[in-house]
Amino acid sequence: MTHDVLLFLTTFFASAVEAVEALTIVLAVGVVRGWRSTMIGVGAATAVLAVIVAALGPALQGAAFARERRAAEGAGVEERAGIDWYSFTVAFKGVLLEGLEVVFIVVTFGSTQGNLGLAAAAAAAALVLVVVVGAVVRGPLERVPENTLKYAVGLLLTSFGVFWGGEGAGVDWPGSDLAIFGIVAFMALVSFALTRSLSRRRTALKPAESRA
Amino acid sequence: MKYVAAFGRFWWDFIVGDDWRVAVGLAVSLALVWFLAHEGVNAWWLLPVAVALLLVESVRREARSSGG
Repeated sequence: MTHDVLLFLTTFFASAVEAVEALTIVLAVGVVRGWRSTMIGVGAATAVLAVIVAALGPALQGAAFARERRAAEGAGVEERAGIDWYSFTVAFKGVLLEGLEVVFIVVTFGSTQGNLGLAAAAAAAALVLVVVVGAVVRGPLERVPENTLKYAVGLLLTSFGVFWGGEGAGVDWPGSDLAIFGIVAFMALVSFALTRSLSRRRTALKPAESRA
Repeated sequence: MKYVAAFGRFWWDFIVGDDWRVAVGLAVSLALVWFLAHEGVNAWWLLPVAVALLLVESVRREARSSGG
């Protein structure tokens, strides 16, 4: 019983972290660039994920797959009909990558404890919770000024990019996924200092321009 | 052919963007991190620092060229 509770909680929180990462990306791109292409990207990633799980599910229950998950990132397929490819690709990659991580979490924890069904239920519960939270915060997010939102989106995408890039290159982040918060804080500090220095520079240039 | 060019342009914009020096700097940094990781050195700090330096340099260059 204790094992089951621990399995549920571990899978739930681990999956929730991945779902929040995917949600952040989808919300960021959707709010700034529009929802249509973003949601098409989410749908496509979900479909690809379903195919991957259906086709490779049993094969995933090996031991040495943790570092191989990136390879499953599908390549984009060219289409023409009015799609914002930036939104589509970012949403697609975010959802597919995080979705695959959830699949690996479920398979790893579930098969180790011999209860794949419970692990899958925990992941599904985490997913539902995160999607509900996303639907609730979408409205307030759309009222944030555009420049502030673009700044926040740039900050998050850069930070996730640094985290994933490092992971892909073989870095072992201190604190694992929690390192993302540290990277966001560092990037926020750097960009804030840069913004301040630019605005000081502009203020210093203005009197000179008005004398000219 | 038009669609192939558009497809190529999309990926150029998506990966390289408006400052190719940043893209090259990032590729070099990633390669260095990968090399160090495979030599047993966990240089987790290198990528955030490289990104910060590349960003600062790119913004400064743009500010100088636009006179702002």
